[in-house]
Amino acid sequence: MDFLRPASWEEALAAKAEHPTAVPIAGGTDVMVEINFDHRRPAYLLDLNRIELLREWEVGEENVRLGASVPYTQIMENLRTELPGLALASHTVASPQIRNRGGVGGNLGTASPAGDAHPALLAAGAEVEVESVRGSRLIPIDAFYTGVKRNALQPDELIKTVHIKKADGPQQYSKVGTRNAMVIAVCAFGLALHPETRTVRTGIGSAAPTPIRAKEAESFLNAALEEGGFWDNGKIITPSVAKQFADLVSAAANPIDDVRGTAKYRRHAVGIMARRQLGWTWEQYRGTGRTLEGAA
Amino acid sequence: MRVNFTVNGRPQEADDVWEGESLLYVLRERLGLPGSKNACEQGECGSCTVRLDGVPVCSCLVAAGQVEGREVVTVEGLAEFAKERAEHGGCASGACGTPLDAAKKWEAKPGQDSQTGEGVELSPIQQAFIDAGAVQCGFCTPGLLIAADELLERNASPSDQDIREALSGNLCRCTGYEKILDAVRLAAARQGEAV
Amino acid sequence: MAQHTRTVPAGTPTDVTQNHVKGGIGESTLRPDGTLKVTGEFAYSSDMWHEDMLWGQTLRSTVAHAEIVSIDTSEALATSGVYAVLTYDDLPAAMKNYGLEIQDTPVLAHGKVRHHGEPVALVAADHPETARRAAAKIRIEYRELPVVTDEASALAPDAPLVHEGRDDHHSGHVPHPNIVHRQPIVRGNVAEARKRADVIVEGEYVFGMQDQAFLGPESGLAVPAEDGGVDLYVATQWLHSDLKQIAPVLGLPEDKVRMTLSGVGGAFGGREDISMQIHACLLALRTGKPVKIVYNRFESFFGHVHRHPAKLHYEHGATKDGKLTHLKARIVLDGGAYASASPAVVGNASSLGAGPYVVDDVEIEAVALYTNNPPCGAMRGFGAVQACFAYEAQMDKLAAKLGMDPVEFRRLNAMEQGTLMPTGQVVDSPAPVAELLRRVKARPLPPERQWETAGEGADVRALPGGLSNTTHGEGVVRGVGYAVGIKNVGFSEGFDDYSTARVVLQVINGEPVAMVHTAMAEVGQGGVTVHAQIARTELGVTQVTIHPADTQVGSAGSTSASRQTYMTGGAVKNTCEAVREKVLEIGRRKNGSYHPAWATAELLLEGGKVVTDGGEVLATLADVLEGEEPVDVELEFRHRPTVPFDLRTGQGDGHVQYTFAAHRAVVEVDTELGLVKVIELATAQDVGKALNPLSVVGQIQGGTTQGLGVAVMEEIIVDPKTAKVRNPSFTDYLIPTILDTPTIPVDVLELADDNAPYGLRGIGEAPTLSSTPAVLAAIRNATGLELNKTPVRPEALTGTL
Repeated sequence: MDFLRPASWEEALAAKAEHPTAVPIAGGTDVMVEINFDHRRPAYLLDLNRIELLREWEVGEENVRLGASVPYTQIMENLRTELPGLALASHTVASPQIRNRGGVGGNLGTASPAGDAHPALLAAGAEVEVESVRGSRLIPIDAFYTGVKRNALQPDELIKTVHIKKADGPQQYSKVGTRNAMVIAVCAFGLALHPETRTVRTGIGSAAPTPIRAKEAESFLNAALEEGGFWDNGKIITPSVAKQFADLVSAAANPIDDVRGTAKYRRHAVGIMARRQLGWTWEQYRGTGRTLEGAA
Repeated sequence: MRVNFTVNGRPQEADDVWEGESLLYVLRERLGLPGSKNACEQGECGSCTVRLDGVPVCSCLVAAGQVEGREVVTVEGLAEFAKERAEHGGCASGACGTPLDAAKKWEAKPGQDSQTGEGVELSPIQQAFIDAGAVQCGFCTPGLLIAADELLERNASPSDQDIREALSGNLCRCTGYEKILDAVRLAAARQGEAV
Repeated sequence: MAQHTRTVPAGTPTDVTQNHVKGGIGESTLRPDGTLKVTGEFAYSSDMWHEDMLWGQTLRSTVAHAEIVSIDTSEALATSGVYAVLTYDDLPAAMKNYGLEIQDTPVLAHGKVRHHGEPVALVAADHPETARRAAAKIRIEYRELPVVTDEASALAPDAPLVHEGRDDHHSGHVPHPNIVHRQPIVRGNVAEARKRADVIVEGEYVFGMQDQAFLGPESGLAVPAEDGGVDLYVATQWLHSDLKQIAPVLGLPEDKVRMTLSGVGGAFGGREDISMQIHACLLALRTGKPVKIVYNRFESFFGHVHRHPAKLHYEHGATKDGKLTHLKARIVLDGGAYASASPAVVGNASSLGAGPYVVDDVEIEAVALYTNNPPCGAMRGFGAVQACFAYEAQMDKLAAKLGMDPVEFRRLNAMEQGTLMPTGQVVDSPAPVAELLRRVKARPLPPERQWETAGEGADVRALPGGLSNTTHGEGVVRGVGYAVGIKNVGFSEGFDDYSTARVVLQVINGEPVAMVHTAMAEVGQGGVTVHAQIARTELGVTQVTIHPADTQVGSAGSTSASRQTYMTGGAVKNTCEAVREKVLEIGRRKNGSYHPAWATAELLLEGGKVVTDGGEVLATLADVLEGEEPVDVELEFRHRPTVPFDLRTGQGDGHVQYTFAAHRAVVEVDTELGLVKVIELATAQDVGKALNPLSVVGQIQGGTTQGLGVAVMEEIIVDPKTAKVRNPSFTDYLIPTILDTPTIPVDVLELADDNAPYGLRGIGEAPTLSSTPAVLAAIRNATGLELNKTPVRPEALTGTL
């Protein structure tokens, strides 16, 4: 095993071009577990800790450009307004110690369906900026996840930043686990209202081979909100609309049975989370004044 | 490979480090600092918690090569670290800290201090863990001390829920956590009194 | 003591002295090792370090049941940095098995593996990674065999036998060779009593496989000695039991295997069996170098036995005025591939299977199976834990059927001092079962809706789901449940249970100092604290030195069965009394002529002085002992004898002492998502005498939390088709975090047991019994669901299994 310690982004890209099998390591919260438990012995570890720009973020007009290694703790503390869904998701990541090290780049690089950030990114709308010595490109988040623990990166590419749409409305995120802290998702759900475009977006985690959106549920809700004039009149969403939305979210899931939960439960739970989050976000949109962000 | 970094204020050099080694392994097996504990080596238990450039992290998940040039504080250096903080900053406003009577459930008799290890200077959180009975087997203790000390550094009078959240990454199998809560309340109260 | 030269490894335990401490028994004095533990100086077994030491690695079976066709170690041996590779063929002695009671466990697999993760080969190398890589190069060819994983497959007519040709002392009386041990308990006439019952309830209960999940992984250091022996530093619960199993397979006499207790990172039963001890010694003796073995968490799940999963069928009857008529129960415990503590678990499950209730007509049968599942053995409260889960569910069912309050129903049937156990044994010391229940019930309930904050929305940390933000109060229903349990203390069924203490009293720098030397395994429980307290109380000194536990002193028995304060505490007390007598003899010899009280009065040692019972000071200890040899006494201490249970009827005075705890659980359940938050777990327990109240409360809270864990999250999941473990990690075997653990108010009763030292009662296990059924009862109360299995998974609460 070789340990590569590039001092700059350019050096990192060069190293990755030279050793495409090199495994990038930033927070180490995935990679080191695999090494400690002898599940993985990469020929090269590519340390990204010395690259400052990966730990920076920039709030622009429309987007937040979030460095791949910005720790979840920083997201929770500094980006609650701009990225409420991701901030909530960050708060559910493992433990304080892990949140101090791990960042969104790790979730994206591993592309596990159980990664906590995915549903929030899908719901908010995001693009992943990846780069190699050949140049950089933006991958829409919807096209990023290509299979179980597989993503759209080329072997010589590294994740640089994630361009996440700033919230223009309420966002929510929940995950189910069998413990009240420090738990891997049995399943997760994120919802974002986008009043500017009068649309909603969703994200489902750990309930399909990849993180997915519940597109039919979104379309249904978009139409129902439009038809009922809800965006303008701010009325309470009728229970039948909420129920159908939840049912469609459940239907969008394509989960499996494993040690963490049954497929049936996952399908059920994402529906419950969808219904609740619709209630929370809509209440907030209607401006009843209650903060519904939980403890994030 | 060779790794140079600072541990508890002292420069350290580790040689012939295997590239897959963790910071935890280097501390324990190469530098003679086994205080940070190896309970799960998967970031689930917090027993290996150290401060890395001031930030609490699981040292089992930091690759040794990643600490090159950086500063680490372990439980072995906690007393000194806390002492320096008290002397060069910390809570000077007087507004922080839980009043002693608010440190509910604390039942030890007044004036009862640690009866062991005279001559050893401890940080307030270390003393509180002993006094509150928060130590049983003690394997989780070093990690909890680092995490709890950092909590009190940020938040001098945490609520019970704040304490629970801050320590939710540190598993303890012996105590049922009640006396750990007592210890953090006690340390906060003493910190408040001392100001 | 054999003399030999040796270099002392880093982390070797040393004497710990508590100075200037006044606290005797009954006071909350603090741990003598506390400062060491908070500074990181306290050396656990995994912290041991020796110049030039090698690292040992165990290669374990990847299948549960298979013939070993061949093992090829050549490539591993040829690896640079590898010093030894050992298999069964390299074992040095005729004895190649070990075991607590039945020597059925191979040191390394011989021709066959019987469970997933069984040790097959060992490697010693200069770095753990070298050892791992070499182990990966060992080629083993398996021919897989069908697995037996439950009662049906184990007892089927054509079932493969897990152990062929059994000749152990249970083999003659068991109905099938895949049954380790069977114990019936028969008293009265169930068929007749059943006719008196106005209501009968039946239930089938399933208790999952729990892991001790101690935080300090199995580890230790073996150092070869010049005399051909070995020095072993290890974390264990019982040094001398290890020694008895280690020496024969090494082919060494016991005095050449010198064991020292290293720091122990928790135990809970999981260190009662051998793990890496023999392996490290074998590698050290083979290579001539110190060898350290440290399991990681993955390996730890295969490195120790677990709590027996159980299936329990219970039938109870009661009259309409709420009196129990009879009990018929069958308890099937899965012992896995090797016996470990299974026979004792069967003894406890059967003899305590009726719970702390008066019921005269009883038929209980308990068996432990041999299967190809992971071996199961000791864990806190063994046997009694599984039974309590079932009988307490039955009590709630009966109360509901009778329309009675569940606590009142229990109190109506609660045993008391003088009650006969189903074994015919009289409960001859206080049994305040009704009072414990009364106390937990009388406690005010915690306030409702504690998640609501002043205008800030919901504090999710106070809600089911916690930080995962799954509810802001939606779907949340509160429930309250009660349970009480009975546990035995000490080793039962005729076992010669004793402990040994050596106490040395001498004057050092003008101060009397007592040194206490035992082989008791301090695993966190605070035994060392209590020993110092006892020495102060009995010898009137302030300075007490705790000598490291090792095999240079007699056996202390195991730190298990809630027995150490009773047994080794009792031994220290007993030896201190003998030391006091010797001191007084010296005093009489030296000073007797100066004061008549030396000859006539009852004399005590107090405050460093010899005093009369009237308080008159006769001499200082320093004066008496000045110029004398240290007073050095080593004595054994025994509890009153027990007898084995009759193999057909289960009758016999099999237990030493009984201990009781009760719980009230308050839970909040997100009924839509099936997530549970335990809000409070109020406990009441009779401890006889709290030698150290702070430690007592700590034990009760810790035991309670382990019971909570198994109620809502903890289970080792074994694939029934392959018998392979599916979740050997802390990512998928979950134990409670501080956010899962509620406030645990503790009510301590002190009703003395006149048979026990200071009247104390063993305390460590009882709280683990009733905690689980109380939480289950509370969840049933919140949801109306029957729930007959631990842990309660979200699927069970949402109909999505």
